[in-house]
Amino acid sequence: MDVKGLNVRAGDVEIIGGIDLAIKPGEVHVIMGQNGSGKTTLLHALAGHPKYSATGSARFCGKDLLSLKPHERARAGLFLAFQHPNEVQGVALSSFLRRAYVASHGKEISVPDFERLLLEKMALLGMDRKFAARGLNEGFSGGEKKRSEMLQLAVLEPKLAMLDELDSGLDVDALSDVSGFLENIRKAGASLLIVTHYSRILRGLKPDAVHVMRGGKIIASGDSRLADKLEEKGYGWIDKSV
Amino acid sequence: MDGKVLKEYGRDAALRKAPSGDAMLNVGYRTREHGLTRKLVEEISDVKNEPDWMRAHRLKSFAIFEKKPLPTWGPDLSRLDFSAITGFVRPKGKAVGKEGEVGGAQNRWEDVPDEIKSTFERLGIPEAERKFLAGAGAQYDSEVLYKSLRKNVSELGVIYADMDSAVREYPEIVRKYFMTKCVPPSDNKFSALHGAFWSGGSFVHVPAGVKVPQPLQIYFMMNYPGFGQFEHTLIIAEEGAQVQYVEGCSAPHYTRDSMHAAVVEIFAGRSSRVRYTSIQNWSRNVYNLNTKRAIVQSDAVMEWVGGTLGSGVTMLYPCSVLVGKGARAEHLSISLAGEGQVKDTGAKVFHMAPNTSSKIVSKSICRRGGVARYRGMLKVGAGCAGVKSSVRCDSIISDSKSRAETIPVMDVQSNDAAIGHEASVGRISEEQVFYLQSRGIDADEAVAMIVRGFIEPIVRELPLEYAVEMNRLIEMEMEGSVG
Repeated sequence: MDVKGLNVRAGDVEIIGGIDLAIKPGEVHVIMGQNGSGKTTLLHALAGHPKYSATGSARFCGKDLLSLKPHERARAGLFLAFQHPNEVQGVALSSFLRRAYVASHGKEISVPDFERLLLEKMALLGMDRKFAARGLNEGFSGGEKKRSEMLQLAVLEPKLAMLDELDSGLDVDALSDVSGFLENIRKAGASLLIVTHYSRILRGLKPDAVHVMRGGKIIASGDSRLADKLEEKGYGWIDKSV
Repeated sequence: MDGKVLKEYGRDAALRKAPSGDAMLNVGYRTREHGLTRKLVEEISDVKNEPDWMRAHRLKSFAIFEKKPLPTWGPDLSRLDFSAITGFVRPKGKAVGKEGEVGGAQNRWEDVPDEIKSTFERLGIPEAERKFLAGAGAQYDSEVLYKSLRKNVSELGVIYADMDSAVREYPEIVRKYFMTKCVPPSDNKFSALHGAFWSGGSFVHVPAGVKVPQPLQIYFMMNYPGFGQFEHTLIIAEEGAQVQYVEGCSAPHYTRDSMHAAVVEIFAGRSSRVRYTSIQNWSRNVYNLNTKRAIVQSDAVMEWVGGTLGSGVTMLYPCSVLVGKGARAEHLSISLAGEGQVKDTGAKVFHMAPNTSSKIVSKSICRRGGVARYRGMLKVGAGCAGVKSSVRCDSIISDSKSRAETIPVMDVQSNDAAIGHEASVGRISEEQVFYLQSRGIDADEAVAMIVRGFIEPIVRELPLEYAVEMNRLIEMEMEGSVG
């Protein structure tokens, strides 16, 4: 993913003003920043949310990302784990995910084969198999929704996964599960773009770059030590050092 | 009955086998009478070679029809033209029509609207079947079909026959129940019309204690003249009997008939269980004005499962009259209201005994200016203690031109009735669609998926082949509803 001079507007309001970001295959990048700094908007704009109009350039696996529809971006290998995933009543998680699998991978898979794949991934995530038959995120708790996002990530095997505050609302045990899971995703060759407030989830992941956002811009970039410093000293510290 | 045998009763089997055997008779009869006259009533009765009591019933019904005004409380019926109603009837044994009129009930394939033809194509319906569904294919002799249908159930003592034959073969029982206690001709203008001109339909009688193992289906039987226009269904389940009856057609079904006025009468005996499922997808030139009612005795369960997809104006309010203690009714329905469609549908439940209960779930989808109106009537009689009822009406509207309304009427004469009514009208949210899109699913499919999820609680109650076709139809209907 190679983003240059990205501007994002919602109607007349500019939310992101000129972001450059280059993520190589297998790299882990982290975006930190206070609420309202534009982190979520950046991820949603990259995923193609219709609310935003984006200008500038964003190349992804040789494609002009901004010219693609949201589902085409997903099929190209881009994934967004939502901070607040939607509920879709009556659509079983398993049948939804099988459709998504076929769409993303561009190949059919039989129901039994998919069922096997799904149960295997659910076991890895410690999800009860009964969730497969439930409506997509329907009545799931906050933590269950996050696991559902992880499950979708695991099944769809994107090239770049963008994770929006995946760690919010998870307890320490769940965090370490998620962190281990992400490490495996990375080992399998995927890149990660992680939006978070906390550096806890990053331990063990060893990010290649940490970016700090404010007011719709990246105001500082560095290695993983930047995340530790932010945690230790707060965002005020950035002002002094920038 | 396993799935394989069921399939044999499906329309595929009927179509592919019938033309080689004796099941196909290309001898429709078309009357020379135009419009609805007393003379036509007599002619129908003559052609059907009916007993006097049925002839008298028809004439009495016709007199009521002439006197009754059109209902004015519902959709606009001012364009309904009774004189244009063709009144097809089916002769017994031999063709009556003149040369050139033989098979007169058929549509010419060239006349079938392109929109319908392309829908068939996209649903993957085979060529022969398309003509059949368009009213342009072969006609089938109902008696032969019923004979094969009832093969498996007749040894249980179940009577399953076409209604015309039943009048002749089971006169005592038919005379007792036919439009007497359940839906009398005087019920409304259309039931009176029906009483005069009815033709075709099914008669089902299940003896006490018999559980019919497979649903009785007449999926493919809608192409003989008069069928589906004024067909009469009479189902009698004696004490402890169980039966499921499925009729209709989820594929688009073209007809030139401008109006349908079917009547369904169901008698659910003590502790019996009856499920009546119907799917309707007539072409949009049709006024669909049916009267369906069940009388439910103690501890019996009556279930109505329905989908109205087609026709222009639909008025349909299946009714359960709970007359015995502990009787229960469930009404599950889906309405799809698209361009030029008015769906005035709902449910009526009369709680006339203690501890009776009812559950009504209505789901409607409105788009392209369609109007879906839920019209409910819930009555709890005086002195009926321990009554429970829940009504839930949900609508999805996909644009600002379309409308969904809820008109629940309640008349509760008992103090301790527990009655719940919930209604919701929603739009398909951009966020939900985006969420699915972000998983590689395109916008049209995302919308269809959301809508399918919305109606899933009802679709899961349908026989598989209907459910599959229903989902495909919804998918097609929802195309292009997002920008």
